[in-house]
Formats: sequence, C-alpha cells, structure tokens
Amino acid sequence: MTINWRGLLQRHGLILAFGLFLAGVALGNDAFLTPGNILDVLRQVSITGLIALGVTFVVVTGRLDLSVGSMLTLLTVIVVDQHNTLGPGLAILCTLLAGLAIGAWNGLLVGYLGFNALIVTLAMLSLLNGVTLWYSGGSNVNVVGADQSWFGVFGRGSVAGIPVPVILFLGSAGAASFLLRRTVFGRSVYAVGGNQVTSVFSGIDARLTVFCAYLLSGLATALAAVVMGSRVMGAQNTIGQGYELTVLAGIILGGTSLMGGSGSIWRTVIGIAMLGFIQNGLLLMGFPYYVQWLVTWAIIIAAVWIDLAAKRGKVFA
Amino acid sequence: MTAIHTTPQRAGAMTHATRALLRNHIWLFLVLAIAVFSGATPYFLTTNNMGNILTQGAFIGILAIGMTLVILNGEIDLSVGANLALAGALAIGLQPAVGVWPAIGLAFLTSTALGVLNGLLVVFSGMHSFIVTLGGLIGIRGLVFVYTGENALMVEDFSYTELAEVYLGPLSLTAMIFLGLAAMFQWVLSSTRHGRETYSVGDNIEAAHDAGINIKRHKVINFGICGAMAGIAGILLSMRLGTAEPNAGRIWELWTIIAVVLGGTRLQGGYGSLWMTVGGVLTLAVLRNGLRLLNTPNYVELMVMGSVLILALGLNRLVEMREGAR
Repeated sequence: MTINWRGLLQRHGLILAFGLFLAGVALGNDAFLTPGNILDVLRQVSITGLIALGVTFVVVTGRLDLSVGSMLTLLTVIVVDQHNTLGPGLAILCTLLAGLAIGAWNGLLVGYLGFNALIVTLAMLSLLNGVTLWYSGGSNVNVVGADQSWFGVFGRGSVAGIPVPVILFLGSAGAASFLLRRTVFGRSVYAVGGNQVTSVFSGIDARLTVFCAYLLSGLATALAAVVMGSRVMGAQNTIGQGYELTVLAGIILGGTSLMGGSGSIWRTVIGIAMLGFIQNGLLLMGFPYYVQWLVTWAIIIAAVWIDLAAKRGKVFA
Repeated sequence: MTAIHTTPQRAGAMTHATRALLRNHIWLFLVLAIAVFSGATPYFLTTNNMGNILTQGAFIGILAIGMTLVILNGEIDLSVGANLALAGALAIGLQPAVGVWPAIGLAFLTSTALGVLNGLLVVFSGMHSFIVTLGGLIGIRGLVFVYTGENALMVEDFSYTELAEVYLGPLSLTAMIFLGLAAMFQWVLSSTRHGRETYSVGDNIEAAHDAGINIKRHKVINFGICGAMAGIAGILLSMRLGTAEPNAGRIWELWTIIAVVLGGTRLQGGYGSLWMTVGGVLTLAVLRNGLRLLNTPNYVELMVMGSVLILALGLNRLVEMREGAR
C-alpha cells in the first residue's frame, strides 16, 4: 500500500507543521510544553480567538470584517464604563446588544445593500474609532471598586485550574463549530461563500446569511470585549488596535481561504493557537517580542503556499 | 421591445456632462468641501493653507499612487505603511555609516526590493495579494523593530531636514514630488503600453493572458512601483520629522486604500485613474485640515471620514443603477 503523500499533506499538513514546531521548541526548552504554560498561552489567545470564531463565519461567506479591532475597543470601553453606572450584569447585556447592533449595521450594508465588505468595514474601523473617542471623551476608563465586583471572573477567574477565558473560548468554539457544521445556517454559509449565485438558485437567502455572519462577528467581539474589560479592569482608546489583522492572520494560518466556501472552526482555533505558541516559544527562547512578527510572516507565506501547492499539485502557480 | 427602446430616451435627458461629473464625483465633493470650509473659517482659503494641505496630503498621496496601480491590477498591498517606516529608519540610521545620499539610495532600493518580493510571492505562489501583503505588513514591521531596536532614530546632522525645505511659492518639495509623480504615472497609465496592460490585466486576467501579456512580469513591476513609492514617502517623512519612529505609518495602508477607493477607483481592478486618486487624497486632506481649523475634536474627523466613505459607496451604487437603466 502506498501512502498518498499529497492527500495527507493537504488534509493534515497543518497539524503536521504545528506538531513539528511544538516539538522543535519543546526540545530546546523544558518549560514550553508544561500544562501551566499551555494554559497560559491559551489564556493569552482567548480574546483574539473569540473574535476569530465570529470572523470565521464572515470569511467563509467570502467577506471580510476589518472593523473588529475598533469594535473591540468601543465595546470594552462600553462594558467598563457601564459597569460603573449599571453594574456588571446590565453592562454585559448592553455590550452584547451593542455588538449585535454594530454587526447588524455591517450586515445591512454588506449583505442587503451589497457594498464591498472591505470598504464598508474599513469605513467602520474609522467610524467606530471616532465613536469610541466621543464616548470616552478621550480619557481612559477604569472599573471603580474592582475588588468588590464579580465582573473579574471572566478575565481573571479559573474553574478547576482552567482559566475562565479559556473555557469561554473553547466552549464558544464548540458551539460555533456545531453551528457551522451541523445546522442549515452553517451549510448555507458554505454555500454562499462557495458560489453565491448557485446558492440563491438553490433557495438560500444569501443576503440573510451574510447578515447573520456579521451578527455573529459582532457578538463574538462583544464576548471578547467582556473578557478584555474584565481582565484589564479598564480600557484605553487604543486597546483593540491591530486586532483585525491578527485575527485574519490566525484564520489564514489555519488554512481557511479568503475566497470563501471553505474553512472550519477547528482550523481557526489551531491557527490562533499557533500564533500564540509562536510568540510564547520565541519569548521562552529569549528573543525580543518583535521577532515573532518576522517568524509569523515566514510561517503565513509558507503555510498558505504549501496548502495551495498541495491542492494544485505543483509548487509554482 | 418597445420598453427597451423607450428607456434610453428618457434617461438620455441626463446629459453627458452630468454623467461625466457623477463618474468623477470626488472632484465635485472636493469643491463642495472647500466651499463649506471657506465659508466656515477665514483661515482656510489662504495660499499658505492650500500649500499646507498639499504637503499634509502628499505622504498618503505618494503611497496612493503605487496603491492605485496595484488596485487597478485587481490586487492590493497592505504592507506600504510598514515599508514606509523601514525606508525612513534606513534613511536616517544608515547616514553615519555611509553618508546621506547613499543612505537615501539604500532605503529606496530596500523598499523597492520588498515591493518586488511581494509581487514575486503573489505571482509565483498564486496566493492572494491580501494574504501575502498582510504577512508583509506584520513581517516588515518586525524588520523595522529589529533594525531600530524599538527606539526612535534621530538624525545626527540636521541639514538633512533642510533637504525637503524647498518651496515654490506655497508649494513644498514634498507636494511637488507628489504632484509630479501623480502626473508621471497618469501619463504611464493613459499613454504607455504598461498602462494599457494594467487596465486589461485588472479587467479580465484570462483575456489579458490570451492577448499575450506577460502577467507575472507585469504584476511584479507594479508591486515594485508600489514599494518604491512607499520608499519615497518614507524618506520624505523622515526628512520632514528628522526622526524615524518604528511605529511610523501604522494603519496608513488603510488610509491609503480609503483615499484610492474614495477617488472612485474600483477595488476589483480594471477601472480608475490617478486623477481620481489625487481627488480622493485631496478630499481626505481637506477634510482633515478644515475640521482641525474649525477646532473640532479628533473624533469628528474619524467619524466624518468613515461616513464619507460609506456615502461614496452609496453614490457609486446610485450611478451604477442609473447607468444600468440607460
């Protein structure tokens, strides 16, 4: 029996590369693959990861969401500020609703009006930045009486030794995965991303599907904002800057195509985890933090190139 | 059949001139914005301030020239902001070792080479340029930090900052370079083979290939030009500031794309021009400058820019619908 190397590489190349990387770093450093360190890394990536879960739906429909970084900032400011006036419970509710509202607005413009997703969400990046500065008056906000509030549990607490953000991230990943793989909505997300015209002829409401994908992106970002606010117990006006690109880097690293129609939640989780372990591994090896950016560059290019090469059966296009 | 014949006649009431104006709506908007700000503050419509606006807009403007070529090809370059920062850091950092002009030359060559690298990766891997240059954005920023050691580099000999202090009336050297490059590349687009091929590659890549255009070489050249423009903008910025900050140009790639798209160049490629881009760049610069003169807080600027962009999308859609009905 011959082994089909190309098929194997195509389907499991990602896990293979990830495993090789982990093994390589672990050989050089004893502290790397310890349960404590692994949980640390997962906790660090949980905010990026939560957002990436929502954005994955958008990317699978063949769209983009560049507004999530600004959205994270605004929602974190809202949750922290409202915590001081309404209390933790209502503040979280407000934040989730605000996230859904922003997602709905994006979804309206992209899904129903058919505007270019890149431009709409780019415009929203700027607009939401402005709204944040207007809302906060340009100053940082802090949770008053952080010690007395149960709000800290989302970012700082842990259950049975596992940090709550990690539980939230992995739990949401499970739910998102179910939604994407096992429901009618999930199937239509793939169909719209694969071929929108065909999907409409098959009776799928493509506009509603895209709209809902953006809703999920807003909701996921709101959850991330709750974790962020609870972890920092405050918010600066630049706290979410650059997250939109890190999230996309993780999704791409996982092997989800930006063209839409393919990809999955577990791929996103692995991609995001890879980013975290690269950062952590390089720091443990004693490199300055910015070296991770060079490595991320090389790994993104290599991962996507290998993926494409395996699919088309030759290295060069 | 009759229905089809009558519609064009009714829509024909919309004259050719109105259509041309609607298609270049950015210039209409620019004139409107200038009129509003001129009425609102006496400090706006002065020769000096007009010169200021051109200088302030020139940095994003120079980036936007390269970006327009790449977008006309149907590609995108997200790495221009990081590339700009690297050029600035090299132009200042290399001076003590090799002298001013060689440092400027090396900075320019490095940026161009990184642009070419982006292009090579795009055409040989078959990856989408969004992914390649997103990687570039992260990685080149890493190069900047490695080179500067995350410190801002200060120029040692301050005569370097005087190099850009050449004025022709209110027009600074930076603004002149921006306008000169825009005019030059508009000529390239409208009157050379490379320009014609840029449109055909962006419009229909299969047809362009069948017509015998070497698409790979063509795209690499445009990515190279885009990198070169980032280099020029970075060098000019380092001259103006006298320092090179490792975080310079952060999210400028997004402002650049906003300027190009606002101008009316189609993000899918094949349609647009540098006149449109210059209009977009100037509109952004006028809005920024005017709102500052009116003493509006920073957030108004951000909100206005976002809204204008969405409005421009709506206007585009309106024009398309009208043209479709014609």
